[in-house]
Amino acid sequence: MNTREAAALGELKKASVASRNITDQVFELVTLACAALVLAVLGAILLSLIMGSWQTLAKHGVGFLFHNEWDPINGNFGALAPIYGTLVTSVIAIVIGVPLSFGIAMFITELSPRILSRPLMVAIELLAGIPSIIYGMWGLFVFAPLFGQHVQPLLHDTLGRLPGIGLLFQGPPMGVGMLTAGLILALMITPFISAVMCEVFDVVPKALKESAYAVGATTWEVMVRIVVPQTKLGLVGGIMLGLGRALGETMAVTLVIGNAFLISPSLFSPGNTISSVLANEFAEADDDLYTSSLMALGLVLFLIAVVVLVAARLLLWRLRRKAAG
Amino acid sequence: MRILGAFLMMAWMGQSLAAGINITGAGATFPYPVYARWAAAYEKATGVRINYQSIGSGGGIKQIKARTVVFGASDDPLDATELGKSGLVQWPMIIGGVVPVVNLPQLKGAKLKLTGDVLARIFLGEIKSWDDPALKELNPGLALPKQDISVVHRSDGSGTTFNFTYYLATQSAAWQKAVGVGKAVKWPVGIGAKGNEGVSSMAGRVPGAIAYVEYAYALHSEPVISLRNRDGAFVEPQLEGFQAAAANADWRAASGYSVILSNQPGAASWPMTAASFILMPMRPADPKAAQAALEFFDWCFREGAALATELHYVALPDKVVDMIRNTWHESFRDPDGKPLWTPEGE
Repeated sequence: MNTREAAALGELKKASVASRNITDQVFELVTLACAALVLAVLGAILLSLIMGSWQTLAKHGVGFLFHNEWDPINGNFGALAPIYGTLVTSVIAIVIGVPLSFGIAMFITELSPRILSRPLMVAIELLAGIPSIIYGMWGLFVFAPLFGQHVQPLLHDTLGRLPGIGLLFQGPPMGVGMLTAGLILALMITPFISAVMCEVFDVVPKALKESAYAVGATTWEVMVRIVVPQTKLGLVGGIMLGLGRALGETMAVTLVIGNAFLISPSLFSPGNTISSVLANEFAEADDDLYTSSLMALGLVLFLIAVVVLVAARLLLWRLRRKAAG
Repeated sequence: MRILGAFLMMAWMGQSLAAGINITGAGATFPYPVYARWAAAYEKATGVRINYQSIGSGGGIKQIKARTVVFGASDDPLDATELGKSGLVQWPMIIGGVVPVVNLPQLKGAKLKLTGDVLARIFLGEIKSWDDPALKELNPGLALPKQDISVVHRSDGSGTTFNFTYYLATQSAAWQKAVGVGKAVKWPVGIGAKGNEGVSSMAGRVPGAIAYVEYAYALHSEPVISLRNRDGAFVEPQLEGFQAAAANADWRAASGYSVILSNQPGAASWPMTAASFILMPMRPADPKAAQAALEFFDWCFREGAALATELHYVALPDKVVDMIRNTWHESFRDPDGKPLWTPEGE
């Protein structure tokens, strides 16, 4: 690059800076404000949660997280049971929801005839749009009775007899409980995860897949060796979206989980989650320590969400690095 | 927060509709059906609109202390010191009953007798099976099945739970010690369901279940429970029993009418009768709205009994209503110090 050219480039830059008129600057400021608002809201929520829960944290300290007692009358609060319930139901939801979504997405993008894939996509979108209370009511009035009468006794008599894993299927079949809540959650997050999976599967270049088929790969091999490695990032994103929804889901879980502050190895036993406790107790919590403990539960849920998000970011970052290296 | 938001929204809508006078109330869910019915009938009769939001007793108390509503409603009466501190007047508005329900179709319509102590031991998890000796002793003629008892309770904080646990605490020292009295308590056993409808549907589905609900939700449950009252008589849950408990209670002795109708004397009294209360500031910021609210409550006392009965609640006895009207006259003042309320004929 000679000096003349450099000078010309400099001129051009200056001109473009000068030509940035007032509209452009205003536009930039507005978008900056929008972005700042997100941060401000996030900060404000975190701050108000911390302030709101201060009384409980000062009284119980870190013990709040590790102690299983919830006694509003005597002012003893520990979050262990709701934390346990939140994690267990979400894990059940993910363990069932992810393979289910993968199957759905695989069928729609690879196997289904064109005429079927469109209506299937629409059906998934419709499922994703159903309000959670409907899932909850269906779970309570339709699913739980059938589950309690037919499926739970069966699980109890088969898997329940096995050593180790049998511990998960003990106790009376009441229809409601941790397992029911996890299953309803799995149903609720499946449309979200499968919609994301369909979208990312669709963007895999046709040429890649066709060449794999051309060398004699089966559909399964194409999915596992070509499509999944190509779309890892999107898949993780979709699963995290589902996990986020499962962690925070309130109404549906409240209706079917049995609402007891209980930590039991059996998935048949009633339990609760952080958001179900909040939904149940916030309206009638009148003394300050009680309200503060509920706020602290909110803070814990917030932190769990942050941890999940950070873990997802780390995973994505590692995947990206691997892909690049 | 969402509830509060919805409430504010409603309050705002109410304001624009009522054109001038804006009567908003918030609080207990237990009396909500009857307040809503009264408000609708009152609007038809007078054109004045009452907005009652059933956000829960705790919320109602918070709102009225913050003076964001004209009246608050609570199932759990405030005591005299707290009333004085927050400058509120309190009176009972409506009476209902809490009723145990049991899912034992094997009894084929036979009646099951219970006492408060046995009920407490069931809810403590001490009595685990329907053929427990304590139950057999109370029901000698009944073929009680060998079946596990499944306790179902409210998962949300509620006045129904408050009244139920209050009664159990009067009956059992062990209950008082292990659990206590409150709108949400540390339940030793059982599963929680949301709302009266949630509890009654859960109890209806789990064989061998026992639960407690508001009377309206127990009307069609089998078998019928009879409960031993303070006078030693076994009574079935009926409006007459709630009425008797309210009539036999000593309202005059309690300041702010903070009488809990549990375990009242009288052979006909249902032991788990419950009142629900209204709270209003003595010196309302908006005297016109307060006056309009008092007119509404007065109308409810005069005209509302039949509507309440239809919904399976009981109106207050006349002598209590007269006392309440006097309290209004003595307590409420506008900014000039004049009484806001004067009973008719004075």
